[in-house]
This record gives sequence, structure tokens and C-alpha cells, in this order.
Amino acid sequence: MNLKRYKEVVLKPLIDENPITLQILGICSALAVTNNLSVTLVMCVAVISVISFSNLFISIIRNYIPSSIRIIVQMTIIASLVIVVDELLKAYDYETSKKLSVFVGLIITNCIVMGRAEAFAMKEKPLLSFFDGLGNGIGYSIILIGVAVIRELFGSGTLFGYEILPLVSNGGWYMGNNLLLLPPSSFIIIGLFIWAIRSIKSAQIENDEFEIKPHSTVPDLTKREINV
Amino acid sequence: MFEHYLNIFITTVFIENIALSLFLGMCTFIAISKKIDAAFGLGIAVIVVCLLTVPLNNLIYNYILREDALTWLGIPGTNLEFVELISYIGVIAAVVQILEMFLDKYVPALYNALGQFLPLITVNCAILGASLFMIEKDLLFVESIVYGFGAGFGWALAIVVLAGIREKLKYSDIPDGLKGLGATFIIVGLMSFGFMSFGGISL
Repeated sequence: MNLKRYKEVVLKPLIDENPITLQILGICSALAVTNNLSVTLVMCVAVISVISFSNLFISIIRNYIPSSIRIIVQMTIIASLVIVVDELLKAYDYETSKKLSVFVGLIITNCIVMGRAEAFAMKEKPLLSFFDGLGNGIGYSIILIGVAVIRELFGSGTLFGYEILPLVSNGGWYMGNNLLLLPPSSFIIIGLFIWAIRSIKSAQIENDEFEIKPHSTVPDLTKREINV
Repeated sequence: MFEHYLNIFITTVFIENIALSLFLGMCTFIAISKKIDAAFGLGIAVIVVCLLTVPLNNLIYNYILREDALTWLGIPGTNLEFVELISYIGVIAAVVQILEMFLDKYVPALYNALGQFLPLITVNCAILGASLFMIEKDLLFVESIVYGFGAGFGWALAIVVLAGIREKLKYSDIPDGLKGLGATFIIVGLMSFGFMSFGGISL
């Protein structure tokens, strides 16, 4: 048991290697389910449990999976876990399950799950993989919850459906920003999140794909004495 | 009849564009849109796979999984809907694998162009999403062919447009933190606001 390694595996994906803002994994579901905080939380719990357990199970059988069919094997494990989550949701929280509609099913193709299985669980020990899944799931959730808080608070003035900023239409003072209720706004919010994170962690800034050559006819300032 | 199919096609491509209105397949959409060539290749691959898997999944749903669907085999009272996710993803993975082998053997030129994108497609939620939305809309077989083609076409259109914008954007002076991924997110957001303007159209 190497506690330091566990700590690193859980904490790194939170900001430093966040799946959404750096690894470009799992963006699809980040957008469609974030206009309402309680729905988002359910989605986050679903994703965290699927990713941790898929990492655990894939890691347990990692030495027995032939590499040529590993994608199908991983898919089968992930799909079975998602079916369990889907059925549980339908049984205990039918309302939210209706709101999430196809997005629960789409956890199967959520690239975080597949990406972590491929990049981590196929190589590391089961318990460590479980915690890696946990960390990545939480990193994903942080961004999702951040977007959902902004969208619900400033879009409709509520959090979890409770009124925080009383709307003008209900006799309050806050004018809801309807733009934030539209799904595309979450792209822009995530874009701004990335900007904020990268302003603090400058190591994440991407390099230019080209270099500007110095201008070929720059006046040579050392020879200015002629004009003086 | 033709108008009905055209209607489904236009609705899928523009009003309910699978990338920009339903936000599916976003990971590959953002990761593989740096160059127009690559985006075009991936787009074609998505069209082909959608065109094959959506109608196949439609058949599987209607003749095997749906409630009482097995009556044609003489087994009434079945409901296999709880295995739908795993069967669709199985179909998609199998189709992608077969397509890869088929192209490799018979159309090597196309394989060289598309080959590297095909494995990516298994985990592209646009494909699974198209199948799931097809079930939700309760389409007939022929309608599902049109829907599959439209879904793939809309996604391909969107990724080629995004790649075009990103190729131009490469030379602009963007604040450091927004460079690359951040700017791409904001552009996709603006594009998707643009596509919302199709929303009011009823055909």
C-alpha cells in the first residue's frame, strides 16, 4: 500500500489533469444535462460509479483480455454497468431518469470511461484503478457542477429549485438571463473555465502551431546616426 | 411520400443537428477538427457507419427487443428492452469491425483514407445517440435509413465547418489561456447558437 500514489491518483484529475478541460474526454454529456443542478448531480453520481467500477472490473481481468478484442470486452463491462445504473434510476428516481432520457445510456460511449479503462485500468492494480476512476469522475463532476450552478443560478435564479435570486416575474428584482438556459451557453462557460484554469496553471497553455518569423525589413536601429 | 422522407432528412441535418443541437460525439468533434482533411475523412466514416447501424438497430428493436416483438417466432409476452443498450453497442462495434475488414480487403484506397478513424467511431456517442433517438422517435424501417443518413450527414457537415474555422483561427492572436481548446469551445458554442436559428422552422 503506497498511500502517496493513491492520493496522487485521486487528486491529479481534479484540476491538473481534468478530464474535460485538458484530456478532452466526456464532453458530450457535460452540455445537455447542466441546466438544472439536481439532474446534474444525479448524472455525476451515475458517471462516478460507472467509471470507478468499470476501472475496477477491467483491472481485475486485465491479464486475461486478449488485446485484439479488448475494446469489445471493455464495452461489454461498461454497458452492463450502465444498464444496472439505468435500471436503478428508473426504479428509484423515475422523474430524473425521464429528464436524462438517452444521456444515461450514452455514458457507455462517454469517452472518460473508455479512456481511463484503456489508459489506466489495463496497466495498473485493481484498487489503484478504482481510485483513478473515482478521481476522474470527481474531476468531471466539478466542471459539470460548476457549469450547472452558473446556469441555474443566473439563468432561472434558483439552486436545486429553491429561489435564491427572486425573479422579476415573481415580484423580485432579478431579471433571468435566458441565454444561459439554452444548451449552447454551456460551451461558452466551459471555454471560460478553461481560460480561468489556464491563467492559473500556465503549464497547460497550448503552444502556437507556427512561429512568426522576424520581419525581413526591420529598420536597423543601430545605424540611426546617419539621420541625426 | 418523398416529401415525408425529405422532411425527416432536413429536420435531422439542420433543426436537430446531432452535433450542434443535441451535442453528441463532442469529444471527437473537438479533438479531430484541427485539419479539414482529417475532419472530412472522419465525417465520411460517421456517415457510413450511421447509415448502416441505425437501420440495423431499428430491425433489432422491432423484431427482437420490443415488447411482444418475438410473436413472429411464436413466443408472445416477451420484453427484452433492458438489454437494448448492450445490443446496440454490440451491433455498432461489430459493424465497425466488419467494415474495417471489408475495406481493407476490397477497397484498400478507401481503407487507407478512413482506416485510422474507424476504431474511434465505436466510442463516438453520435452513433449510439442516433440509434437511441431513432428508438425514441419510433421510426419505421425506411424512415430509419433516412434518419441514419441525415444524422451522419449533419455531424459531418458540422465537423467540416468547425475544422474550416479552426484552420483560419490558427493565425489569430488569442489570449494565452484561451488558445486551442478554450477558443474551440467558445466557437462551438457560437456555432450552435447559430444552428438554433433553424429551430423555429416547421416543415
